Amino acid sequence: MRALRFGPDAVLVEVADTATALDIALWSRERITALDIVPAAGTVLFDGVADIDAVLATLEEWRPGGSDVEGDLVEVPTTYDGPDLADVARTWGIEVDDLVERHSSTEHVVAFCGFSPGFPYLTNTLGLPPVPRRSSPRARVEPGSVGLAGEWTGIYPTASPGGWQLIGRTTVRLFDPAARQPALLPPGTRVRFTRA
Amino acid sequence: MSILLTEADGLTTVQDLGRPGLAHLGVPRAGALDAPAAALANRIVGNPPTAAVIETTMVGMRFTSLTPHWFAVTGARCEVIVDGRREAHGEPFFAGAGAQVVMGRALEGVRSCLAVAGGFDVEPVLGSRSTDTLSWTGPPRLSAGDEVPCGTPSGAPRGVETPLPSPSGPLRLWPGPRADWFATGAFEELCAAEWVVGADSNRIGLRLSGPAPVRTVTGELASEGMVAGAVQVPPSGELVVFLADHPATGGYPVLAVLDPRDLHRCAQVRPGEQVRFSPAREA
Repeated sequence: MRALRFGPDAVLVEVADTATALDIALWSRERITALDIVPAAGTVLFDGVADIDAVLATLEEWRPGGSDVEGDLVEVPTTYDGPDLADVARTWGIEVDDLVERHSSTEHVVAFCGFSPGFPYLTNTLGLPPVPRRSSPRARVEPGSVGLAGEWTGIYPTASPGGWQLIGRTTVRLFDPAARQPALLPPGTRVRFTRA
Repeated sequence: MSILLTEADGLTTVQDLGRPGLAHLGVPRAGALDAPAAALANRIVGNPPTAAVIETTMVGMRFTSLTPHWFAVTGARCEVIVDGRREAHGEPFFAGAGAQVVMGRALEGVRSCLAVAGGFDVEPVLGSRSTDTLSWTGPPRLSAGDEVPCGTPSGAPRGVETPLPSPSGPLRLWPGPRADWFATGAFEELCAAEWVVGADSNRIGLRLSGPAPVRTVTGELASEGMVAGAVQVPPSGELVVFLADHPATGGYPVLAVLDPRDLHRCAQVRPGEQVRFSPAREA
């Protein structure tokens, strides 16, 4: 764990991997006072903290698996008919059916959110190499589009430009500002894609 | 109790203190870009600091006060005219039912704040009345024809409060978390150079062109959390200083971080103006 100062009110903690970042972020929520605690791919940001040294002292008490949080399991019914499905299967040298089978039989975990409100970065444990982004991003990706990029699966909550490889679509609502929990899939949520 | 906008051609939004605590869901914090100006406008009309104001951009706006209200305009200096009568910037003024109010073009600075006694009472979204222009969470931006509800005053207008003179001089900078991705001395060079504000600056970020910092680590940075004031250096070399509507995470290395005490000044620098930095010191 390496601490990097991010101005006078924030500190960025660099950790070994995504799972550790998520674990620390969830563990910290009840122990560290900050305006925002933001896990990402290999870091946790503590923003709006009064005493950075106190934050770092508290973090020394964290042990791997410390969060002990078993996130909710959410099923995301998905129609696997994305425009990039065949291309991704070809890149991996597998059949489309095999790709769909692997993707829908794996339990994913939301490592962090970003890009747009409620956009989940789901760990991709398909045992296949990272997927390159499209060489040219689409001007418009429809809400509910399920895509792959790098080591991640993502779902677009709203229409936006995007460069992820689209493999399917879902009709679940990912972000609802009027809801008590506005994001359907906050960090830590376990996700299973089911064939719609 | 409301006002009716008759002209709002620039970016015109309702803003309050923003919605912190949701960055882990990808929701920007938003909030008035010139926070001290918003706080002053609220104090002048007797509002608590949490009351919502209207933030205008460059060209100001016009409205009809459909009901009688006390108002104050702060931030970017502009003409304030009520039914043809000039009112002072930074002081409370009264507009009766049907009064026509003009907030003129910004004479210096960019963003003016309009407070009404009782606050603007649009429907809060996720606990805030701020519009965020990155994801458009919050109330929609305002345009001509919109009627904006006003709340019930809880305090009396305070009369005159002398605004602090706007600070001048360089913006204070701290070394950023990825300063070691750049050539030795890159932070000092950032502070020695002159930077020109780009026309595409907005509530998300202030864009600055100047001598591009030299990167020595060329690999991709995995997305990481970002704070307001983060000075990102994309491959173009143009600096982006993140402001209130910045994305929660970003993938370009942060060479420096603006001192929070100077963040509000970024709300008022105009495209084409020059900006300088200096190293910040512990208070």
